[in-house]
Amino acid sequence: MVSRPSCSGDPFHGRVVKAPRILAIASGGGHWVQLRRLMPAFEGFEVAFVSTFDHYATEVAGHRYYVVPNASRFALGGFLPGARRALQILWSERPDAVITTGAAPMLIFLLLGRLMGARTLWLDSLANPERMSSSGRIARYIAHQTVSQWPEVAEAEHVAYWGSVL
Amino acid sequence: MIFASVGSVLPFDRFVRAVDDWARDNPDQEVFIQIGEGEYEPKHAPWVRIMPHDEYRRRLAACTLFVAHVGMGSILQGLEERKQMILLARHRDLGEHTTDHQLHTAIRFAGMPGLQIVDDVPALQAAMSASIAAPTQREKAISPFASQALIDNVRGFLRPILEKRHRSILAAR
Repeated sequence: MVSRPSCSGDPFHGRVVKAPRILAIASGGGHWVQLRRLMPAFEGFEVAFVSTFDHYATEVAGHRYYVVPNASRFALGGFLPGARRALQILWSERPDAVITTGAAPMLIFLLLGRLMGARTLWLDSLANPERMSSSGRIARYIAHQTVSQWPEVAEAEHVAYWGSVL
Repeated sequence: MIFASVGSVLPFDRFVRAVDDWARDNPDQEVFIQIGEGEYEPKHAPWVRIMPHDEYRRRLAACTLFVAHVGMGSILQGLEERKQMILLARHRDLGEHTTDHQLHTAIRFAGMPGLQIVDDVPALQAAMSASIAAPTQREKAISPFASQALIDNVRGFLRPILEKRHRSILAAR
């Protein structure tokens, strides 16, 4: 995709044409490792990342990176501050797409992101081979697209199977 | 060097104690443990709670044996680094996770070249000793990226955004 004024002929009359934006988000640990394996799919986009550990910043050097609190089912108190933070991040990023590999704290990004006009994708973790995660089940009602990485689970949960990160 | 990790999120004291006890019984072996938010602190091996991810990858790349929970991050990164892996699943009824999905993952990944999944602490310790005595390694590392099918499908999902942007560029000419 064209993302810069071309040198020869310059059909854009010197204007800088910005690439569309993806907000790629995942909790720290296995969800993040799975998200990083999707990178080739994001070619042509400007990608910003969200996760739960400060120290991931160096791994995505050259991209904007935001840290959010890890509100798991073990720490429900983090949900409201998480929502406020999500709104701040979405407001400054204005992403065209929000893509997540989970977990629960990322649901709020899908909801608010969709309300702000982004295309939204929930990729349920490869760690759920028997049944979709409870967050994934919620995501079905929020995201434009929810997929499982296991064909049998996808069939049982009436979501798509698109292949896996492995 | 043996690198043991509970992952980056939840405590897994049963695992940490098992590896520490093994280190006590095998003082000639170098063991390093990432213990997360657990209560039990190892006495016979150096440890950290959590290390920066780049250091984690360096330790993983440098180790000869990787011992971990049945977490997807551990499995994927171990396969990326072509490491010999021994994995113990967390149990929900022991308070080690919110669900038993690691047991389900264990069933699906059992028998995959490069990793061995064990059922309990004695099996974990026996597998560690056996691996040190007779090291093995996967033939090939996995690709650092998702399957082509998934990459193509995600690109298909994103394509309307690129096409819309393209149309607006053409319209502005």
